[in-house]
Amino acid sequence: MENTKKLPAKTESLDEFLGFVLSSASNLGFTPERSKEIELVAEEVLVNVFDYAYPERDGDVELRCRAERPGALVLEIEDKGIPFDIRSLGDPDLSADIEDRQVGGLGVFFIRSLSDDIQYRREDGRNILTLVMEGRG
Amino acid sequence: MEIEKKGVDKDAVLLSVKGRIDERTARQFDKQMAELINNGGSCFIVNLSEVDYINSAGLRSILISSKKLQLKAGRIFLANLQESVKQVFQISGFDSIIPIFDSMEDALAVL
Repeated sequence: MENTKKLPAKTESLDEFLGFVLSSASNLGFTPERSKEIELVAEEVLVNVFDYAYPERDGDVELRCRAERPGALVLEIEDKGIPFDIRSLGDPDLSADIEDRQVGGLGVFFIRSLSDDIQYRREDGRNILTLVMEGRG
Repeated sequence: MEIEKKGVDKDAVLLSVKGRIDERTARQFDKQMAELINNGGSCFIVNLSEVDYINSAGLRSILISSKKLQLKAGRIFLANLQESVKQVFQISGFDSIIPIFDSMEDALAVL
């Protein structure tokens, strides 16, 4: 099962991308809870691409889903935007109280917390982010 | 995503939110909350029993409302979180800065 979807890097594409991710997770027999976590990770990654990849022009983002081995869903998110390695962003200060708590940084934190492996490479002018999402029982 | 005002109890404004608070609905959430906060009241108790999904954009929105209310010496309390939503609050540490209750009654009891 390898499936791919390529759409404009805009918020309007979210519905279709997330529906695709959810059905991929469900096809692999993931629980509704884990599928929701995978949806959340996919949304956070995609929104980062929408917000940062193409500052000067429009562009597309391609999402590929495949089963790697029983119980693991691999998501590959590819864009032709400016170089961006999401792993380089630091974690938010989780201990800060309401006055000091910053609004940024959470998306990446969720991606890290809920994914089982994160790989990034830059190849031929493309950012390729690979996430391994295990079923987690 | 809908926010409905359900009433006032012990000077707390009771709200109920339905749907997802995510990338697509966060701005609408911010706008509606800002109006409700401007209309009066400094203590808000929000029923999230019908919210089945929240992401970082949603948490951001709740934090923004929380900061706004703090400026009025007010607070926001959340109640009836679904498990997946509660997990998002726990992972992010938001459960230690925004009071979360198992029911609206429990939230009212601390006022």
